[in-house]
Amino acid sequence: MRTLRARLTPYALIFPGGLWLAIFFVVPTLVMLSLSLQSGNVVDGFAFTWNWHSYVDGVTTYHDQIIRSLLYGLAATVIQILIGFPVAYWIAFKGGNNKSVYLFLVLLPFLVSFVLRTISWQFLLSDNGILLGPLRDAGLLPQDFRVLATPYAVIGGLSYNFLPFMILPMYVALERIDPRLLEAAQDLYASRFHTFLRVVLPLSLPGVFAGVLMTFVPASSDYVNSSVLGGTNTTMIGNVIQNQFLVNQDYPVASALSFTLMALLLIGIFAYARALGTEDVLEVAAR
Amino acid sequence: MTEIQAGPGAAASAAPGSQQTPAIELDNVVKEYTSHGEVVRAVKGVSLAITEGEFFSLLGPSGCGKTTSMRMIAGFEDPTQGVVRLHGQDVTSVPPNKRDVNMVFQSYALFPHMNVWENVAFGLKRKSVETAEIQRRVGEILEVVDLTGREKRRPKEMSGGQQQRVALARALVNRPRALLLDEPLGALDLKLRQAMQIELKRIQRDVGITFVYVTHDQGEALTMSDRIAVMNDGLVDQLAAPREIYERPATKFVAGFIGTSNLLSGTVDKVNGSTAVLALGAADRILAPVEGAVSAGDTLELTVRPEKITISTEQPEGDFSVVQGTVSEVVYLGTSNSYAVVLADGAEITVFQQNAHDSTITAERGDAVWLSWQPQHSYVLR
Repeated sequence: MRTLRARLTPYALIFPGGLWLAIFFVVPTLVMLSLSLQSGNVVDGFAFTWNWHSYVDGVTTYHDQIIRSLLYGLAATVIQILIGFPVAYWIAFKGGNNKSVYLFLVLLPFLVSFVLRTISWQFLLSDNGILLGPLRDAGLLPQDFRVLATPYAVIGGLSYNFLPFMILPMYVALERIDPRLLEAAQDLYASRFHTFLRVVLPLSLPGVFAGVLMTFVPASSDYVNSSVLGGTNTTMIGNVIQNQFLVNQDYPVASALSFTLMALLLIGIFAYARALGTEDVLEVAAR
Repeated sequence: MTEIQAGPGAAASAAPGSQQTPAIELDNVVKEYTSHGEVVRAVKGVSLAITEGEFFSLLGPSGCGKTTSMRMIAGFEDPTQGVVRLHGQDVTSVPPNKRDVNMVFQSYALFPHMNVWENVAFGLKRKSVETAEIQRRVGEILEVVDLTGREKRRPKEMSGGQQQRVALARALVNRPRALLLDEPLGALDLKLRQAMQIELKRIQRDVGITFVYVTHDQGEALTMSDRIAVMNDGLVDQLAAPREIYERPATKFVAGFIGTSNLLSGTVDKVNGSTAVLALGAADRILAPVEGAVSAGDTLELTVRPEKITISTEQPEGDFSVVQGTVSEVVYLGTSNSYAVVLADGAEITVFQQNAHDSTITAERGDAVWLSWQPQHSYVLR
């Protein structure tokens, strides 16, 4: 009786989460996969036809938006590493007794809704808004200078919105580094620069890896920043999918585009893990 | 042996017969921290000189300032006052990466993302030694610490004892002028620790490098060291060879910290030449060698080691120290028996008796016994 119970315990623990994933992830994914292979329209109904044309049509029509999404996601990720790493480093090594205060400050904007934050940026960056208006009036900026509706606004918005997801995993990795390792490196004749390069950086890679995953994926598939801060030539694939689903109601093409994006992101992630040396990353992470 | 003893805060003392420049010198070094707005004096004025090639231990309880003293030698702490010299050169403001000493850290601090070879080669690479030379020296040192063939292992794939030896190799491969070891055996179990003590001593003899060893384990310090500085509350209480420290503890603290010792005090009854006679009770007397001016009526504090005392159920005859008491506890320790004896004035005395012959226990709990010892085994504390 006892052994049976002991054997069932792991399954009992995984059951609620497993059921959740099955209902809200596996089933919808299968439904979407089936949809992407159907043809028809919303009035006459859709029929399963093993038809791949939705994929072909989607990619040929929207390849610009797909590439733009990946590039914007990449740009935002790079910017977030450059901004986030020093912040995470500073909190981990110089934060002293106030680390949790600084982490709270990093998370504070998250208490405000994602859409609202983005709309605030729209307000701040608008052509005659409180930031650009006075600067232009003072002659500090050219009359035709604008930020809103440019790629810079969209990439900036993406970088801003997902930054905490970059900082937190990097902070966790940096915080776990034993300060005695830094002393050991110094003791073995390493300068501050070499201590960083040979010890701190390699040991923080698992955090950078996790941060990139957590920001690149949502940033590349985001549509809020592009629709609020962008213009007609900053349309990302997320906007296209949203449009196909909700406006055109062309479910097969929308589903096909979703799967294409998913596949591209997965390929990107695996290539990236390969390049970084997953074994090393996972090994250090598992320590 | 002509050791020069250093009392609390005494001036630097050199090892026997050394005219050369000391390998390491601390000259009246003070370290203060500010913690929660309060100034804490971790090291209150330590002066010592460590000779080239010596196995030198800093021994004391936690918080006595031994680790802080070592960290000032390594360069991880800046002294608030005083001077640190390596081979006669003032290095007080030289950063650790420019000091020619290496450290073995308490929990080894091996780089987890590097294998054994990369860990050991780290220092040489930073010093831009030629690749062929690095290969040769890393191979050599791994042989010394008996880790040949394990170059590709990661630290976490190794046992505590092996990690310990990697840490040692990583420091020694740089051929430092001195090696600093911060409680390096603390994380190992007893058997391994004893094996590593012998191993460390062998390696030190082989490489001939000055070892500075921080420990709170008096047994370890006594076994391995050429000289020991016993530290207490930020000061050096005694600096001498192990035997000297055990046989002739300079202070009450040293007597209590090193081994088991019995503290006694009494009033001097009379002085016969260089021997003072202390009367404790009707039949009790303690004989103790004294130097300098001691006269009847003075109060003396002295220690006697438990293994120097003879326990008997009959009153011993002879010119000994003799005290009477009642056995309150008998503990069988295998190689010896330990007795706790309570004297008339309430003082408790510990006595060790070797299990040399037929392992008979001399006295039982509750027995009235006589304790006796040779006059020279009473050691008067300053």
